[in-house]
Amino acid sequence: MDEIFGFPPQLLFAQIFMGLINGSFYAVLSLGLAIIFGLLRIINFSHGAMYMLGAFSAWFGLQYLGINYWIALVLAPLAVGLFGLLIERTMLRRIRHVDHLYGLLLTFGIALILEGALVQFFGVAGQRYPTPDELQGGINLGFMFLPYYRAWVIIASVVICLVTWLIIERTKIGAYLRAGTENPDMVQAFGINVPLMTSLTYGFGVALSAFAGVLAAPIVSVSPYMGSNLIIVVFAVVVIGGMGSLLGAVITGLALGVIEGLTKVFYSEAAGLVIFMIMIIVLLVRPAGLFGRPE
Amino acid sequence: MNQITLSKLGRAILTTAVITAATNGAQAANVSDEVVRIGVMTDMSGLYAAQNGPGSVEAVKMAVEDFGGKVLGKPIEVISANHQNRADTASSLAREWFSDGKVDMIGNLGPSHTALAVVQRAEASNRIAISTGAATTKLTNDECTPNSVHYVYDTYAMANGTAHALVEQGKKTWTFITVDYVFGRDLERDAIAVVESNGGEVLSKLSHPLKTSDFTSQMLTAQASGAEVIALANAGGDTINAIMTASEFNITTSNQTVAALVLFLSDVHSLGLETAQGLMLTTAWYWDFSNETRKWSERFLERTNNMPSDAQAGDYSSTLHYLRAVEAAGTDEASAVMAKMKSMPINDMFATNGQIREDGRMVHDMYLAQVKTPAESKRMWDYFDIIATIPAEDAFQPISKGNCRLVTDTE
Repeated sequence: MDEIFGFPPQLLFAQIFMGLINGSFYAVLSLGLAIIFGLLRIINFSHGAMYMLGAFSAWFGLQYLGINYWIALVLAPLAVGLFGLLIERTMLRRIRHVDHLYGLLLTFGIALILEGALVQFFGVAGQRYPTPDELQGGINLGFMFLPYYRAWVIIASVVICLVTWLIIERTKIGAYLRAGTENPDMVQAFGINVPLMTSLTYGFGVALSAFAGVLAAPIVSVSPYMGSNLIIVVFAVVVIGGMGSLLGAVITGLALGVIEGLTKVFYSEAAGLVIFMIMIIVLLVRPAGLFGRPE
Repeated sequence: MNQITLSKLGRAILTTAVITAATNGAQAANVSDEVVRIGVMTDMSGLYAAQNGPGSVEAVKMAVEDFGGKVLGKPIEVISANHQNRADTASSLAREWFSDGKVDMIGNLGPSHTALAVVQRAEASNRIAISTGAATTKLTNDECTPNSVHYVYDTYAMANGTAHALVEQGKKTWTFITVDYVFGRDLERDAIAVVESNGGEVLSKLSHPLKTSDFTSQMLTAQASGAEVIALANAGGDTINAIMTASEFNITTSNQTVAALVLFLSDVHSLGLETAQGLMLTTAWYWDFSNETRKWSERFLERTNNMPSDAQAGDYSSTLHYLRAVEAAGTDEASAVMAKMKSMPINDMFATNGQIREDGRMVHDMYLAQVKTPAESKRMWDYFDIIATIPAEDAFQPISKGNCRLVTDTE
């Protein structure tokens, strides 16, 4: 058998693999969103802008401060995470007790301001971020040529997702966090600083998206609108996975990347639609998402 | 109360009537509303902004300055707007400019779908639209108007240049990666015609939406097709991203040739010579042709920090030609100016003996070029090696093969 549904298997494998790489970005981004929503109940529309900020800080660091890729991979999420912390402290905290919609509007506004400001300074045309020397080139897998950098993207994303999941589900800090969202007053009564914890959580979620931004910088051009092109898909991923479900976000992210990749082989015109079609079906059949529990 | 309102209304009507009468009077004096207003409508910030955009506005301003800032004793004013690559925005902007803004000529108009929207408005309002940034041949075929000029290049000329050269090199099997709107489809169609009529074969056609950042899927499919040529029927940011992906997956260094059917100087600048070297392209103009082009381009570089694209040089040239036509016609009334534009030859730093045909196509020589290697390039912006000149009569679709309604006598 040298063809599967009329396509050479090499091509199919290659597309599944590429789907996995795109899925890695969906996974890291939607994980951050799911944490922020699950623990803080904020629909963070500025998530795409934070991803873009991550990529831009890496580019800026390399261009003007000589900071290399590996250091940027740590520093950029830290810097953007701190910025997130600041946003939570100064703005989001004030609207915690009103409807979710206000948080959505506020974060959306923040995203627009950030994008506009960067367009003003750097223009819309994409900036190039070179692939780090250590990851230049690639390997021939027989069915496809795999650039080392793309392989690194998958590994880095899976590791970061796993670590995040472990922290939240298996450690004491994670337990406090989860308890803090269930009943903040009670947890506070035990002497735990809940407001600080929520700020840190938001900062961490934002740092995750900045991390994805740095990962993406060498393979897409770094431009102010790179986040807004992605954020809608990522929201769809979170909705399909189940709002607030961490494992759901990661698995759905990877799976949808693959489904999107396969759609490009069989009917490329539908590639932009397929995720949203799945979203509609999931919402009809399981409104809480594939991995979510009905409230 | 009502009576007061009515009397106010009456006065308003009277005032309007007086103003209208005054305006009509002004129109009789050759230049409408005492100013010749040129509007540059372009993509100021999107994926096509580098080869058009703010640089095009600057080029038009340079033309106005070089012309002396006045025509028929009346001042020339340049305004600009961003259509954001949306046909509906372009159309409503054009309506606004033509009716309230009293704009006499709209320039640049890239990409294709925005140009198609505006030329219709130009005909309805009897004003002029000169497209330098759009590529679709529809502008001089099905959608040609007596009020529009297509100045720099078109999909036929681009396909004819690059595709022809590659097929002649013996590269007979082709796969297309095409941007899914009027420009990409026209470019693909024109290139396929060239490939097939020269004994080549098209193995597959892939498409992608405008503004795509991830081309891995299309590139891998194209690679698997085994075609000798992977032809990119897209432009600007899309072309850059596609070539970056091809380079990442080692396709550019394999025995498959990646051919960008539309490639601008600015695209090569963002890709870097390391990635872009060896690419074949068709261009209407290059800054390093002659002393005249170099002199103008250095001025442009000083003002914009970029070397001009062929579209931007076309913005300069077409604006000058328009102003000369206004002067020769003694009025800014569109049909009189168009008649002069079509009868006067164009000889400037952009074109030698350029001629605007009955269907609005400006015909001039085109050039086949290849991107230099980093070693060959002596300075920044020294990117193209001009390999061959495609004479004007071969470069563009012959008027007899077109179907523009204005062309009465095809033989």
